Amino acid sequence: MQPVHVISGTALPLDRSDVDTDQIIPSDWLKRVERTGFGKGLFAEWRDDRNFVLNAPEYAGATILVAGPNFGIGSSREHAVWALTDYGFQAVISPRFGDIFYNNSTKAGLVPVVVEPDVDEALLRAIKADPALEIHIDIERLTVSAPAAGIEATFPLDPFTQHRILEGLDDVGLTLRHAADIDAFEKARPGWLPVTTA
Amino acid sequence: MTARTMTPTTLPDKVWERHVVHEGGADEPDLLYIDLHLVHEVTSPQAFDGLRAEGRRVRRPDLTVATMDHNVPTTGLDQPIADPISAKQIEVLEANCDEFGVTLYPMGDPHQGIVHVIGPELGLTQPGMTVVCGDSHTATHGAFGSLAFGIGTSEVEHVLATQTLPQVRPKTLAVNVEGELPAGVTAKDIILAVIGELGTGGGIGHVIEYRGSAIRALSMEGRMTVCNMSIEAGARAGLVAPDDITFAYLKEKPHAPKGDAWDEAVAEWRTLVTDEGAVFDKEITIDASSLTPQITWGTNPGQVLPLSGSVPDPDSFDSPAAREVAARALAYMGLTPGTRLRDIAVDTVFIGSCTNSRIEDLRAAAAVFEGRQVAPKVRTLVVPGSGQVKAQAEAEGLDKVFTAAGAEWRSPGCSMCLGMNPDQLSPGERSASTSNRNFEGRQGRGGRTHLVSPAVAAATAVSGHFASPADLA
Repeated sequence: MQPVHVISGTALPLDRSDVDTDQIIPSDWLKRVERTGFGKGLFAEWRDDRNFVLNAPEYAGATILVAGPNFGIGSSREHAVWALTDYGFQAVISPRFGDIFYNNSTKAGLVPVVVEPDVDEALLRAIKADPALEIHIDIERLTVSAPAAGIEATFPLDPFTQHRILEGLDDVGLTLRHAADIDAFEKARPGWLPVTTA
Repeated sequence: MTARTMTPTTLPDKVWERHVVHEGGADEPDLLYIDLHLVHEVTSPQAFDGLRAEGRRVRRPDLTVATMDHNVPTTGLDQPIADPISAKQIEVLEANCDEFGVTLYPMGDPHQGIVHVIGPELGLTQPGMTVVCGDSHTATHGAFGSLAFGIGTSEVEHVLATQTLPQVRPKTLAVNVEGELPAGVTAKDIILAVIGELGTGGGIGHVIEYRGSAIRALSMEGRMTVCNMSIEAGARAGLVAPDDITFAYLKEKPHAPKGDAWDEAVAEWRTLVTDEGAVFDKEITIDASSLTPQITWGTNPGQVLPLSGSVPDPDSFDSPAAREVAARALAYMGLTPGTRLRDIAVDTVFIGSCTNSRIEDLRAAAAVFEGRQVAPKVRTLVVPGSGQVKAQAEAEGLDKVFTAAGAEWRSPGCSMCLGMNPDQLSPGERSASTSNRNFEGRQGRGGRTHLVSPAVAAATAVSGHFASPADLA
């Protein structure tokens, strides 16, 4: 992962709740064995509708997605995150995320920003009124702001995830600092626990 | 192992605490040991690629098991897979398991099947374990009192490499289902009603413990159906404390402990209960005796009503946002407010998926089909969850009941639950499905899904429109 400190850019308003990962990337895209190339499948079915916001020229080039509550519920497919990043999004803002999607985002270079519902609504209103509105997400200060619209809020991120995103650190490498603990734990496991080999 | 706490503890916290390899404290999450890692073809190829790129091996191939389920065809297994991209994904899993020494139950193997069906039937899923899989329905294994949750591909790679996962400890949510279920009401109706109560996001950040007399009375198959759909209420994991029903199911399973080890294991498993006085972060109670067969009407599993109800009017919802959500769902589903749910006709009936493809589900469906016929023009697929379920059903003659009624009897796999194989809905086609998700396009682009129990699915196939077995003459 690349280190990320500040994300600045325009945003796309996806004013819907309960956007599940089947909508973000439909299952016929999951047959691929690569990690790249999923941007073309982002919201594949909704994009067939010419009026869908992703097709609106005024939002072309947006790097931040602002969605309604319960974004990324459903399937565990990390392909949903890969589709968003491959398309060009660096962050998603929502009042509430599906747990697995949230975790996957933090492992795959997409910053999930949880805001209060009124902040989310204010952001949606502001970017609908002005598609060119600049939004800043500061991962060091944990703030999201749209100065031209007078919006500024903080967002939560556990210190470990914040540190990993700021430094662009590999999770496996961090865990292997505890290799001795893993060895010790394994030695103490009861012998009757199952193994998958015959 | 870490010292066991003496304060009253919930079951989810107990299982958690017994798996902490390194306590995170304020600065990092706990590092959890993973007892069993289930792998399938769709969410693993990029994880194995990651291992190769870093020159890493699978730390514990003996705690890892793979099968093929999402992509596999359910007919013509003697033929090559028609879709070259699906075929490639199957080949890649075989090659990866071979290279990294992971046990694989491939297509055609008597133990192949849906990953959440084969783990329990092999006896690999046992009480008190941590179980993960790159699949959101991993909570199924919670039926045994294990902490089981879905993970993404980066986490799959992490578990393959380290047999651990850094995790933020979830909150706990008690779902008490008290009382006796009326006749004809099933585990599926319990969990649909729970999701209706919690909504799609109500369980986010929580592990659910299903408790109460109605849960205790369920078979293991029923408990698996309940735990399976925890994610549809937003909860990554859902579990049930193990008891004699659990132990009876596990005894003599291929990977269950044997001899003295069995006694030792059972003694440990009996400690897996929420202590008297332990407090959950959140609690809800459902009266089982008031439940009736449930059916979803919209495009998420929280949009659910009793079968006796009617399609809701979007104007009846409180907020403008809820009205818009309902209106969009009805437009997609092609439904008019006020229509009685029993009057909605279906094109297809799907009985299968990790939610409802076990032997008990097939017996419930067969009991309805016995001596009856599927309505004209209703395509009905019955897809067993595994090779073992298929063999058991055939030994009991259930396959004959299905085919005599005019239903198709298929080979095991995820099938029409998510339409990654050729079993799909066409645009505008409507299904009664025993699966877990009625999301837009889930069963095929433009398809319209209504989630129901196996008994309601079978009665619907016979009637041609939504019905419960009690409605049949």
